[in-house]
Amino acid sequence: MSRSVVLRVANGRLSLRLEHRTLAVTLLLSLALAASAMISLSLGSQATPPTAVLEALFHPARSDIALIVHEIRLPRIVLAILVGACLGVAGLLLQGLVRNPLASPDVIGITGGASLAAVCFLALGGAALGEAWLPLAALAALAGALSVALLILSLSGRGVTPARLVLIGIGLAAALGAGTTLVLVLAADTTAMQAYVWLTGSLYAAQWREVAGLAPWALVGLPLALALSRRLDVLALGDELATGLGTAVRGTRLALLLLAVALAGSAVAFAGGLSFVGLLAPHIARRLVARGHAGLVPATALIGALIVLHADLLGRIAFLPRDLPAGVFVAGIGAPFFVYLLHRWRT
Amino acid sequence: MLITPMAKGLGLLLGAMLALTAGVASLALGATEIAPASLFKAFITPDPGSMSHLILRTERLPRAVIAAVVGASLAVAGALMQTLTRNALAAPSVLGINAGAMCFVVVASSFFALRSPLELVWVAFLGALTAALLVALLGRERGGGLSPMRVVLGGVAVTALFVSLAQGLLIIDQEGFESLLLWLAGSVAGRGLEIVTPLLPFFLGAAALCALLVRQLNLLILDDEVVKGLGQRTGRVRLLAGLVVIVLAGCSVALAGMIGFVGLIVPHMVRAMFGRDHRWVLPGCALLGAGLLLAADTLARFLMPPQEVPVGVMTALLGTPFFLHLARRRSLTP
Repeated sequence: MSRSVVLRVANGRLSLRLEHRTLAVTLLLSLALAASAMISLSLGSQATPPTAVLEALFHPARSDIALIVHEIRLPRIVLAILVGACLGVAGLLLQGLVRNPLASPDVIGITGGASLAAVCFLALGGAALGEAWLPLAALAALAGALSVALLILSLSGRGVTPARLVLIGIGLAAALGAGTTLVLVLAADTTAMQAYVWLTGSLYAAQWREVAGLAPWALVGLPLALALSRRLDVLALGDELATGLGTAVRGTRLALLLLAVALAGSAVAFAGGLSFVGLLAPHIARRLVARGHAGLVPATALIGALIVLHADLLGRIAFLPRDLPAGVFVAGIGAPFFVYLLHRWRT
Repeated sequence: MLITPMAKGLGLLLGAMLALTAGVASLALGATEIAPASLFKAFITPDPGSMSHLILRTERLPRAVIAAVVGASLAVAGALMQTLTRNALAAPSVLGINAGAMCFVVVASSFFALRSPLELVWVAFLGALTAALLVALLGRERGGGLSPMRVVLGGVAVTALFVSLAQGLLIIDQEGFESLLLWLAGSVAGRGLEIVTPLLPFFLGAAALCALLVRQLNLLILDDEVVKGLGQRTGRVRLLAGLVVIVLAGCSVALAGMIGFVGLIVPHMVRAMFGRDHRWVLPGCALLGAGLLLAADTLARFLMPPQEVPVGVMTALLGTPFFLHLARRRSLTP
């Protein structure tokens, strides 16, 4: 067994065992994220040297690019990091939950439910209400994600194999996609393109308001995922063994599912249907971190954040003056990866 | 289930009547209603001054023909795929064949400015073939057979791959977006008869090949060992049946875009009525598939007037409960 550190909180009622390797990976990923954020802050339609960016960050009064950095680039970068972390961890929870490496919020329809609800809201006049009503769209998306999750659970019933659960999710995702297309076709043309870009996942024109909307979900949800990580380790042993070890399997599963839904739904609400982050991030994390969800949760969150941050950076600067949705680039890497994963997956 | 050939023949006749009724309804009903008596008059003694005759000949008739042809092709392709993969969930839309054809067509029309259906249909074949090969590759188990679960997941992966590629292209090339959105959603409206005629040889060829293969197809229902024991080889039949699937699905996508679930639902309904003998299943699928898509297209005109619901959305909404029912069954063999 490799060397590790044990963290104990509240008289050992909550404890985490972290291997040295896990700590090193987490540290390196954090550094990479900070560096990427710095690069992302200094690049754009108007490239600025990092020193000027630092000055704008810490002494806004003395800098002439303070407005660009503080009001345009920074909120977008923070939102990208939060969205990536939420989606990645949601995928990790779902994969642990159904013990299937191919599960992710978009494959089993949770993203689809959130998208349908949000597009309905936008098309039914939510867009006309103005930006002050944006939190309502987020609530609609969350409600959509939750209803789909509950529908999947009730349709799968007792004793269903995880593989069947994925199949049922796939079926629901098809119907939700059809519903979303229906709303897009029926809506006015401008709204349709807007909604289509949103569906692909875009952080265009993100502002502090969106960050403030997502932050509470991320700040509550991510630590909660870390706290529940030991339950995931136990669930991974199989239902019988988990029950034998004294876990209330159904209750734990429901709690984890709700947490995954809250994370994915809130991320979709503020950044649109970014697919494949929830699939990619946990798999990369598993390659880097040996075992145990306590190390996987932070690593997945950081990798998810890195993916979305870089995809958004590419979308911003690769096709100037066009600003392409980050989702195009994530899907460009994620979809072939999905095919590759399936190729390797042997039951 | 119908047992005797007599009963099955009557069943086919009933299916033909249903398809015909749906066809007449599709011609007569819509924003402008046309009396059935006037239908015949429009074709026998067309009156160039009559508005309803004009609508009928330029709008309704091509639409009904395309719906019938596409519905029949998708249903037959679905039945063949379910036999080939021994998987109840197989269908051109579920296994990503439609998505492959769609993606290639989007690439061809936005990069190479191909617009004519005769050029696009070859591109669509290529896409369908690529997707089919990918799914077959992903669905293989170590032993060499196809695992039902893996095939469906492979279809999802391939669909995700091609749909996200097409989505990215459409967002980059926004001018193409609006003209393609309706087509992506699956629609049989707004096309003339002249785009069907060049594809007719493909449909007829596929039908002829089906007729020739029908006895050997029945062999595919049996276990591989039994087939071997009977001294039969199935490699060539599989190859030709796969070719028919690709031609039918490619043509359907080139004509009407992404219409899902027809190929999933219809073969199950037909098998419940006629058993598993392909001599009855294939014609039954053609008739009921045409009837179903005609009926769905007619119904789509009335759901949210004055706008029309794309027929692909209708079939997806109709088909999902069916897919869920099949996914919950214990066995995935048809």
